[in-house]
Amino acid sequence: MSAAIEIPYNSTERPDTGLYNAKLGVWLFLSSEVMLFGALFSTYVLLRTGSETWEHGAQFLNVPLATINTLVLIISSVTMVMSWASLKMGSLGKFRLYLGLTILCGAIFLVIKGFEYAHKFEVGLYPSTSTFMALYFTMTGLHGLHVIGGMIVNSYLWGPGSRMWQTDPQRFTNRIEVAGLYWHFVDLVWIFLFPTLYLLPGK
Amino acid sequence: MIEATYNGVHHEEHQGELSFVRKYVFSTDHKVIGIQYGLTALVLLFFGFCLMMLMRWQLAFPGQPLPIGFLSKWLGDARMPGGIMAPEFYNQLGAMHGTIMIFLGVVPLAVGAFGNYLVPLQVGAQDMAFPKLNMSSYWVYFIGGVIMLCSFFVPGGSAQSGWTSYPPLADVTPQSHSLFTGQSMWLTGMVFLITSSLLGSVNTITTIVQLRAKGLTWMRLPFFVWAQLVTGFLLLLAFPPLEAAGVMQLMDRLAGTSLFLPSGLVVGGKALNVSGGGSALLWQHLFWFLAHPEVYVLILPAMGIVAEVIANNTRKPLWGYKSLVYSVIFLGFMSFIVWAHHMFLTGMGTSINAFFQTTTMIISVPSIVILTALILSLWGGSIRFNVPMLFALAFLPMFGIGGLTGLPLGLASADIHLHDTYYVIGHFHYVVAPGTLFALFAGIYYWFPKVTGRQLNDALGKIHFWGSLICMNGIFLPMFIQGMAGVSRRLYDGGSSYLHAQNVLVLNKGMSYSAWALAVFQLVFILNFFWSIFAGRKVTSDNPWEATTLEWATPTPPPHGNFLKVSEVFRGPYEYSVPGAKRDFLPQNEPPEA
Repeated sequence: MSAAIEIPYNSTERPDTGLYNAKLGVWLFLSSEVMLFGALFSTYVLLRTGSETWEHGAQFLNVPLATINTLVLIISSVTMVMSWASLKMGSLGKFRLYLGLTILCGAIFLVIKGFEYAHKFEVGLYPSTSTFMALYFTMTGLHGLHVIGGMIVNSYLWGPGSRMWQTDPQRFTNRIEVAGLYWHFVDLVWIFLFPTLYLLPGK
Repeated sequence: MIEATYNGVHHEEHQGELSFVRKYVFSTDHKVIGIQYGLTALVLLFFGFCLMMLMRWQLAFPGQPLPIGFLSKWLGDARMPGGIMAPEFYNQLGAMHGTIMIFLGVVPLAVGAFGNYLVPLQVGAQDMAFPKLNMSSYWVYFIGGVIMLCSFFVPGGSAQSGWTSYPPLADVTPQSHSLFTGQSMWLTGMVFLITSSLLGSVNTITTIVQLRAKGLTWMRLPFFVWAQLVTGFLLLLAFPPLEAAGVMQLMDRLAGTSLFLPSGLVVGGKALNVSGGGSALLWQHLFWFLAHPEVYVLILPAMGIVAEVIANNTRKPLWGYKSLVYSVIFLGFMSFIVWAHHMFLTGMGTSINAFFQTTTMIISVPSIVILTALILSLWGGSIRFNVPMLFALAFLPMFGIGGLTGLPLGLASADIHLHDTYYVIGHFHYVVAPGTLFALFAGIYYWFPKVTGRQLNDALGKIHFWGSLICMNGIFLPMFIQGMAGVSRRLYDGGSSYLHAQNVLVLNKGMSYSAWALAVFQLVFILNFFWSIFAGRKVTSDNPWEATTLEWATPTPPPHGNFLKVSEVFRGPYEYSVPGAKRDFLPQNEPPEA
């Protein structure tokens, strides 16, 4: 906080590790996230193998909407990379455009998810209805929270956070890379959730 | 920089531009955050201890009114009807004693306080890699703690299904979909605490990997830093499954799901109106996947502290530094595949039991390597018996007893008899109380001069040490006898209604008296602590113990930014009594003579 302290390797890489601090930090954080979602997927496996019957998600979940959502998230990952690339090429304007699109895609995903949830409640499918629905709401809910978290971070970097571009462009570019790594992870979780919950046949 | 003059006051002025709140409350300085963690954890440790002292009354004198009238009155008729402890209240005390001691006391003290304060100093960094993250880690911990403490005051009281919160019991106690029940608040508090340790561990690991001073190679790191590094990975990777489990139990409690509730459950004579299909065993797997590595989160920083204190006070290098390092790494890996030895009696099947029994025996090897290396380090040293060294020396046999008594529990056939008895309680308390806590006390006495510029009083310290050592053994040794006689843990009456417990019931009184006496000796420590902050003997050097590691190369207390000049390291961490050297210690940052 006082100007005297300058933590090294915030914007440049440490030669012997080849990493700047935030990049190591975010990979550590993501490894922790893998364990979090890993526990949820393990729960799915354990409860599914332990029960005699299991629902086929496609029979009452909306596969077309979820497919659209999958595409939306994949597109958002692409725009996220392009916003980072724009900074690498020195264009703050393009960065704003692409990161804005990423945030927009996140919002579209949540709106579609919201429609899905609302429809489930309308037809009387609640978390308490069955183990499958309990897992569906827990896993997609926790994933949705991660999407919201990513959108908050991205919005900050799009708005007030982008002032750092004037003072420390290298560090700001790093921040976008790190935010991007997180965002790709959130997409990746969905890529696993979609087939697990919507497509896998029941038994 | 050893020669740097003692000028703590001078450095205070450097940060004069910061407001009080920024400097002491919402500080990003790792040292202030470490002290915040330390003081909060010490207060909560004492609070958790008080809960246990209340329980010990009920165990020693079951069904008799508490002789402290005003306390019964304050606790009220719901908890202490007529001054006699209600069974529900006993269960609350038990669950919260475990939770507070582990998650709010020992871990924040060992990792939050010692890790935060010392890791940047020992690696020669100006601060943690992410100072703001560090600050939020403390405050998230603080919120989690407040939620836990508030849960005592909601209707029905705090969580009462043990610190392990096994469902179905924890899912349906009390049966309420409100967030403001003890169990739901316990789960919410845990989510906060887990988030806090996630932030902390990301920070610690990044700091160690990225901010090591020039010349500080991996094999020149003090063992304490290695221990914190492995601990960081355990917190990072073992805690999230419990977070997932906590969220799922919250779903069960708040949204009416049955992730942990099997079909056909009957509660209070009535069939439970839930969809069923869940698995109670699932919780145990997720819980112990955290809680076994958690044991190593408790013990590794303690081993790190003991290693520092022993090397310093034997005035010779640690015996087998490399085997210590490799052992601690191996221990970290292995701790992820032993968790189900807590579940031998759940009917997992003998083949799974055999697997976890084998891994458990394997993991005892590196622990014994570490303990042996520390004991061998004493060989031939000219030992200084100061207070930190006394605590560190006592750690060795106490942890030894704790560790060795764990072996029968790790063998499935022996565990059938011992499972869930007082033997288990004795075993893990030996590891954590006279083990880890003694190491933490050693650390407090050892680094107190660096933090405050003053020494803790030696005589009071020795009273504290000997009193604690005797009382700790007075509490925990009889537990082995009770446990082998078959007395179960978590009994409201301490076993007095069981025939097989009659012969060992008398031990309950001795254990309780020891516990209360232990409190008296902790008062000595508290007195010493506060008295020494203000009036303790001032240290005349920045390196009063004549130690070698980098934290002693800072001014006392270290200013914001820690070091007066950029640190460079020239040698290993424990170069004591090097033949031909002028002094019996060579600080890591002292340039070699040409």
